[in-house]
Amino acid sequence: MTDNTKKTPRTKPRFSATFDPFTISEIQRAAATGIYDIRGAGTKRKLPHFDDLLFLGASISRYPLEGYRERCDTDVVLGTRFAKKPIHLKTPVTIAGMSFGALSAQAKEALGRGASAVGTSTTTGDGGMTPEERGHSSTLVYQYLPSRYGMNPDDLRRADAIEVVVGQGAKPGGGGMLLGQKISSRVARMRDLPEGIDQRSACRHPDWTGPDDLEIKIEELREITAWEKPIYIKVGASRPYYDVSLAVKAGADVVVLDGMQGGTAATQEVFIEHVGLPILSAIRPAVQALQDLGMHRKVQLIVSGGIRSGADMAKALALGADAVAIGTAALIALGDQSPELADEYARLGTVPGAYDDWQDGRDPAGITTQDPELAARLDPILGGRRIANYLSVMTMEAQAIARACGKSHLHNLEPEDLVALTMEAAAMTRIPLAGTEWYPGRQGF
Amino acid sequence: MSNMQEIDLVRCTLREANSQLQGEDATGAWIIRNPQGRHALAVGLNAPIDVVIDGQAGYYAGGMNKHANITIEGNAGPGVAENMMSGSTHVRGNASMAAGATGHGGLLVIDGDAGARCGISMKGIEIVVRGSVGHMSAFMAQSGTLVICGDAGEALGDSLYEAKIFVRGEVRSLGADCEEKDMTADDLAHLRSLLDRAGVSEYPADSFRLYGSARRLYHFHVDNAAAY
Repeated sequence: MTDNTKKTPRTKPRFSATFDPFTISEIQRAAATGIYDIRGAGTKRKLPHFDDLLFLGASISRYPLEGYRERCDTDVVLGTRFAKKPIHLKTPVTIAGMSFGALSAQAKEALGRGASAVGTSTTTGDGGMTPEERGHSSTLVYQYLPSRYGMNPDDLRRADAIEVVVGQGAKPGGGGMLLGQKISSRVARMRDLPEGIDQRSACRHPDWTGPDDLEIKIEELREITAWEKPIYIKVGASRPYYDVSLAVKAGADVVVLDGMQGGTAATQEVFIEHVGLPILSAIRPAVQALQDLGMHRKVQLIVSGGIRSGADMAKALALGADAVAIGTAALIALGDQSPELADEYARLGTVPGAYDDWQDGRDPAGITTQDPELAARLDPILGGRRIANYLSVMTMEAQAIARACGKSHLHNLEPEDLVALTMEAAAMTRIPLAGTEWYPGRQGF
Repeated sequence: MSNMQEIDLVRCTLREANSQLQGEDATGAWIIRNPQGRHALAVGLNAPIDVVIDGQAGYYAGGMNKHANITIEGNAGPGVAENMMSGSTHVRGNASMAAGATGHGGLLVIDGDAGARCGISMKGIEIVVRGSVGHMSAFMAQSGTLVICGDAGEALGDSLYEAKIFVRGEVRSLGADCEEKDMTADDLAHLRSLLDRAGVSEYPADSFRLYGSARRLYHFHVDNAAAY
């Protein structure tokens, strides 16, 4: 007799590793719309990162400093090479460049308030300097970008430092982008653009090409500002050894190196995910370039792109950076990705932790928007307090690690304090694999 | 000329020269002797003074000028009058690439030819070139006016926003989203005024053609992808 109650076993649905659900949805979206995906934030792929390094801490041969009792300094001076007025920060974590336009005026004010409260700097973006951010930032770095939106000599002189932006980690080789939804009348006026258009700004500076021209451009900026301001050069992590060497040659006081985990207000997904280097792989070549030129600690190195904690900061400093900068993490501290906004994120088709439509201007947290009602949700005073809290925690975390390594200043952290957990991290950082004295490329391997 | 205050770059540094000119309380007329192609001459000026650069200037002469009237009695290197806010710059010779780049205001007059990317990303400056301009001039020009009495090179006005371009001679080719426009009476009056301010009397305004943005690329659409 046949047992008709038994069902034939069925093969379970199996998703392709190549054509995974995200890839399929992206093909479907591209076919339906005819436009590449544009989004905010940074890369979402898994990359070698600071999590792949550990500190060794103290032992019999290295003794620690007492937590809470013995001093561990955190200050940093930026711009000591040529500037008459270098910047002295109390903590080596700064706020990266983000524009008014990309961010609401309230968010910019909050960043200024928070950074000022802990004695660090914030940075303008592609769109000029607003009186609010100047007023609320005790130390403000003024970005000099290819678009030159809002650029003028008065703001240049009002700034505490000037950052010549050559590239950005999220899109090395790409220009600014701000979609029409965020080109409000004020943003349009500041950028001298028609209201509501899709802004796609240039990726190259309009009046210089190459390091020889850049050297002359820097001379002009110094002449206009009486050689007072530190001049930074910001590059996306791409060819860090050569870019840092050329930045030094061009006369930079400070080099900012931004890895591909760095966020953006709006860029093509394909650009964010497929161009540039993870910051972990870029720091050692950058430091090597400075060392080879005898400029390490004379030209300061600021590292950004995926910095989330005091541990990340401490690791970047141990690898040779002088300071770090945060962008995405600061927005999260302000309230981006908050679980309290879950219902509103759901209406936008996303969930807390995955929201990346910063280009759309409908941010329920009031951060990446120019909508007056949404922007008004962000209290800049409270936001400033949250930023100050977060920056303080990062600093204390880094101090805790430094004390455990026996260091009386964060800048005394060094590669010898670290081990790598993976072969990739060991190869990228030239930090020995944990339990060995070896990294790929060493001793002939 | 005898009332001019003189700065001789053989006898002083660039910093000393610029610092004398940059003060908001600077007054009168100045002449910079022996410029010898130095870069960043007379940059960041901030007062309604008259400055003559008595020879050739290097990169960025008159950069970020506010209020001053600068005359270059020779040729100018790249980025002359870049990001000018107001005042004027007059180049008696030729200008290299990116003349008047990103300028927000003021008047730039070039008696000779200008190189590539003249008026790139201009934001309100007015530029009059008696001669011809190189390729990609007025690239991404946002506002202001570029007057070209001679010819224009390839890709004139590529990705243009709201700037206006007047050309008397030949245009090698137009860039993406740039098209010829009908000239209105207001356009003619503005052009006449500019030619007059630039001291150009030999070319009647109605011998020019007007170019502006077609505004087709202001919002991305896949059917325009080939234009990018």
